[in-house]
Amino acid sequence: MAQILMKGNEAIAEAAIRAGCRFFFGYPITPQTEVPEYMSARMPEIGGCYLQAESEVAAINMVYGAAGSGVRVMTSSSSPGVSLKQEGISYIAASELPCVVINVMRGGPGLGSIQASQGDYFQATKGGGHGDYHLIVLAPSSVQEAIDLMGTAFDLADKYRNPAMILADGIIGQMMEPVELPEMKEYKVDPEKKPWAATGWKPGDKKQRAVINSLYITTEELTELNERLQARYAEIEKNEARWETYNMDGAEFVIAAYGTVSRICKAAIDELKQEGINVGLVRPITLWPFPKQAVRDAVMADGVKACLTVELNAGQMVEDVRLAVNGAKPVEFFGHAGSLMPTAEEVKEQIKRMREE
Amino acid sequence: MAVVFEKTKMLTDAVFHYCPGCTHGVIHRLVAEVIEEMGLQEKAVGVAPVGCAVFAYNYFNCDMFEAAHGRAPAVATGIKRSRPDACVFTYQGDGDLASIGAAEIVHAAHRGEKITTIFVNNAIYGMTGGQMAPTTLVGQKTTTSPYGRDEAWCGKPIRVSEMLATIEGAAYIERVALNTNANIIKAKKAIRKAFECQMSGKGFAMVEVLSTCPTNWGLSPVEAMKWLEENMIPYYPLGVFKDKTKEGE
Ligand SMILES: Cc1ncc(C[n+]2csc(CCOP(=O)(O)OP(=O)(O)O)c2C)c(N)n1
Ligand code: SF4
Ligand SMILES: [Mg+2]
Repeated sequence: MAQILMKGNEAIAEAAIRAGCRFFFGYPITPQTEVPEYMSARMPEIGGCYLQAESEVAAINMVYGAAGSGVRVMTSSSSPGVSLKQEGISYIAASELPCVVINVMRGGPGLGSIQASQGDYFQATKGGGHGDYHLIVLAPSSVQEAIDLMGTAFDLADKYRNPAMILADGIIGQMMEPVELPEMKEYKVDPEKKPWAATGWKPGDKKQRAVINSLYITTEELTELNERLQARYAEIEKNEARWETYNMDGAEFVIAAYGTVSRICKAAIDELKQEGINVGLVRPITLWPFPKQAVRDAVMADGVKACLTVELNAGQMVEDVRLAVNGAKPVEFFGHAGSLMPTAEEVKEQIKRMREE
Repeated sequence: MAVVFEKTKMLTDAVFHYCPGCTHGVIHRLVAEVIEEMGLQEKAVGVAPVGCAVFAYNYFNCDMFEAAHGRAPAVATGIKRSRPDACVFTYQGDGDLASIGAAEIVHAAHRGEKITTIFVNNAIYGMTGGQMAPTTLVGQKTTTSPYGRDEAWCGKPIRVSEMLATIEGAAYIERVALNTNANIIKAKKAIRKAFECQMSGKGFAMVEVLSTCPTNWGLSPVEAMKWLEENMIPYYPLGVFKDKTKEGE
C-alpha cells in the first residue's frame, strides 16, 4: 500500500476505525481535537456512531455503556479531560470491560499548557482513578507506530477484558508523517466470544443475563474480584511487555526514554556516535506493563556504566527504571516539566557530564 | 386451581432489601410489569443508580448495568447508541439525578436520547442515611440540614420535571405519586407511556415518582405517606408536563 501524509490525531482516528471501532464518544480539547473532528466526519460515512458528549465525564460513561454491549468503542482526550474520565475508567476496569482511551498529553498540572508533555505517566500507569487496577498503556513514538498500536490496543483490551490507553504526547498528535494504513476491519459482536456482554436476554436462554457491575458489597466478593484482576495483570505483565532497543552494541551508557523524547534521544545517540561515544537506548512501548526485564537487561549489559532517563516531565518513568535496575547501577534523570522539550544538545551534555564523573 | 395472580417475570426471585414501607419496591413492580406487558423483556436493558436502588440489577430480570453516581443517563446513551433496538431505562434517585448527575440527565433529555428514566424523588439521600438532597423541602430536617433546609443558604428545591419539560428533546414528562390506588394506576400508565415513547422513537421520556423514605424521614410508613401528601405534592404538583406523543396523531 502507498504511503500517505497524515496528522497524528487523524491517523489515530482512522486506525481505530480500521481496527473495527464504530463508536466514539468525546469532547473537544487541544491538542487532541482532530480526533473527534475526524470521527464526526468519518463515522457517518461507515455507519458508525460519533457523539459529542456534554463532558469527559459523560463521554467515558457512554463508553462504559457501549463497551458493555460488546462493541469496539473508544474515547479520546488530553490531560485535563483525562483527569475527568478517571472515575469512569476505574468503573470500566472494575467491571472488566474492554475499551480504548486516548490521552494526547499536554502540559500540566491544572489547565497547564496546550504544548506536548509526558506529565501523565504516573496517572496512566499507576491506576489514575481509585482502587487497585491497571490500564494497558501503549506509548507510540511516531505516527506510524500510533496507527499500529491502535489495532494492538483494541485486541489487547478484548483479550484481557481491560481498558487500554494510548498515551501519546502532543507532538505525536499534531505532527504529520508519511504512514501506511492497515486494511479496514469489520468487528461483529460475537456473543460466544463475549458471553458477558449485554446483547439481549430472555428467561430460558442458555447464558445468564448480563450484569455489568463493579459493586461487590461483601469483602469476600470484592477480594475475589481483586484477586481475579491481579491474576490478569500478572498474566498481562508476563505476556505483553513491548519495547525497542537501539545501538546497544558496546554501549557505555543507556538512555531510557519513550514517545517523542525517545526520537530526540536517538538523534543525540547518533551524534554522540560520530564523536566516538557509544550510547544505547531502551524505549518502552508498553508503559504498563513496564518492560522491567528488558530495561534491566539493557542497563546491566557489560560495559554500561549508568542509565539516563529522559522525559518531558519532572521525572516519572525514572521511578520504574530505578525499580527495574534496583540499585545495581546508577540511574539519573534529565527532563523538563512545563512542556519545554529536551534538546539533543542537552541530552549529549548530560551524557558527557556523566562520562566525566 | 385457577391462578388469579402471578408475580411479573420481569422481577427475579431475589428478596428486596428496601426498608418496610419504602415505595422503591412498588415502583420496581410497576416498571417490571409494564416491561413484561409490553413484551420487551428480551430487549430491556436497565441502568441502576447509586442510591438505595443500587441493587436494582439483582431485581430486574433482564440485562442490567450498574452506573456510577449520577451517570446512568450517559451509560444508557452508550447502550442505546450501540443497540438502537434495545429498550433502555435508567432508574435514579433524586440525589443521583438532580444533584451529581444533573448534567447527564439534562443532556440526555436535550439530545432527545431514546431512553426512559424512572426518577424516584424522596426528597432525601436515602442510602447514605438521610442527608439533604436538592429536592429536600424548605424547612425539612435532614442530617445535613439539622435546623431545616434554609432557603437563603441552600436555595429552594429543584423541580426536575418542570425543568426538563422546557427542553426540546424531552418527549414525555410526568410526575406521579403512589399515595392512593388510583394514583398507583395512574403511575403505571405514565410508566407505560414513557416506554411507548421510547419504543416509537419519539425521544426522551421521564416519569418522576414521589416516593417515601420512612426510615430517614423518621416516620412510620403511614405517616410518611401522609407527610408526602401534605408537603411534597403541594410543592411538586402531579401531572403531565410534556407530551409529544400526541403530535402527528
Ligand atoms: C461519586 C460518589 N459520591 C457520593 C457517593 C455516596 N452516595 C451513595 S448514594 C448517595 C445518595 C443517594 O441518594 P438518592 O439518589 O436520592 O437515592 P436514594 O437512596 O434516596 O434512593 C450518595 C451521596 C457515591 N457513591 N459516589
Ligand atoms: S433508606 Fe429510605 S429510600 Fe432507602 S430503602 Fe429505606 S426507606 Fe427506602
Ligand atoms: Mg433520594
